[in-house]
Amino acid sequence: MVAPLLVAKDLACERDDRMLFSRLGFELDRGEILQLSGPNGAGKTSLLRILASLFTGYSGTIQWRGENLARCLTEFQQDSLYLGHKSGIKPTMTAIENLRFLCGLGQRVSEQALMGALQEVGLAGYEHSYCRNLSAGQQRRVALARLYLSTHSLWLLDEIFTAIDLAGVKQFEALLLEKSRQGVAIILTTHHKLDIADVKELHLQHYAGGHAHEE
Amino acid sequence: MRNDAQAGTSLTSVMWALLRHELLLAFRNRQSFLNPLIFFVIVTVLFPLGVSPDPDFLREAAPGVVWVAALLAMMLSLDRLFQSDYEDGTLEQIVRCAQPLYLLVLVKTVVHWMLSGLPLILLSPFIATMMNLAPEFIPVLVLSLLLGTPVISLIGGIGAALTVSLRSAGVLVSLLVLPLTIPILIFGTGTIQAGIDGLPVSGYLAIMGGMLALAVTLSPFATAAAIRLGVSN
Repeated sequence: MVAPLLVAKDLACERDDRMLFSRLGFELDRGEILQLSGPNGAGKTSLLRILASLFTGYSGTIQWRGENLARCLTEFQQDSLYLGHKSGIKPTMTAIENLRFLCGLGQRVSEQALMGALQEVGLAGYEHSYCRNLSAGQQRRVALARLYLSTHSLWLLDEIFTAIDLAGVKQFEALLLEKSRQGVAIILTTHHKLDIADVKELHLQHYAGGHAHEE
Repeated sequence: MRNDAQAGTSLTSVMWALLRHELLLAFRNRQSFLNPLIFFVIVTVLFPLGVSPDPDFLREAAPGVVWVAALLAMMLSLDRLFQSDYEDGTLEQIVRCAQPLYLLVLVKTVVHWMLSGLPLILLSPFIATMMNLAPEFIPVLVLSLLLGTPVISLIGGIGAALTVSLRSAGVLVSLLVLPLTIPILIFGTGTIQAGIDGLPVSGYLAIMGGMLALAVTLSPFATAAAIRLGVSN
């Protein structure tokens, strides 16, 4: 039997003397979409950052392909994509320069593929525009163009639909669905009602409270 | 399984990409790297006007003035070394990149030196001539700066990384870093002073080379650790 892609067991996270969540656990397999939901401040972003191995202030275990995350961190980072609130777009760089750099950190991408991805997100003709001249939604689209180029097995997406128009949201939903059918596992936070069937939901408020561990 | 040949990147290609990215960014924000250079020139030009234009006095003061001005000029651009990347989320992506963070922060630090240290070194012969330093000691000055300024960037990188999540870290970085750079300042000026006094300078330069070797190998560890800490905030 193959181990699930990502397993979280008994996760607990405490910030500013407040227990965000405790005894949280889930399993995620290839091709599954997991939506983290909960009110503002429930710890959705914290959970995503924990899963992205950016935040280490938690207890519990996370397993990647059946192995403890700490022991296979490099492979995990190579094989997972994290898009956060802050999209890493430089205003003084053009759309394609930004995309080329952000993609180049993890994968080899041809110029043609970069142009193609920018076209897909509706930025045809804006490739060489400085990002400071683009609208917030367009800048977000530059960051989201990485999704079209991604070869990762896991996506961790934090509020990616911010500033994206309705048609754009529909388009990216279709992309998520298509990629999940191809086997990409997706964990995302959004306050948007997803128009995708069989999305697993994780309600963070069910894990809220609990007692802080005595340090 | 994924196709690694298509998806993977080599360490060198990521480092090149980062180097090109940083240089391009710096080129687009020229102002931030011109300021320290102008500061360096202004301080060294104002010094003779403010203190004394006496050639003998200037020759005496030249090593110290050039070195102190260079040190402070490099401090000016330090606090932004990781800050803007932290604010716009680039730093998260760099930390999450599967390549060793040690080498990536080294690239960023080297770029800082290329843009703030190297121009000072190229200008220093002119400044030294203006300060009435004898021509035969100018190579010594340049050599001491060549060995010393990278150390300032490297040690400064630790301070910049430690304060990355603070909103206004300007003075704090200098407070953290300046005491650590005092040995460099002492040996840097000492080298030239020794040359002027007719003593051999190779010993001084060897010690500065040792400091550089130590800083290159060890400081990126501290910088990388501090960045991980800052990002996980």
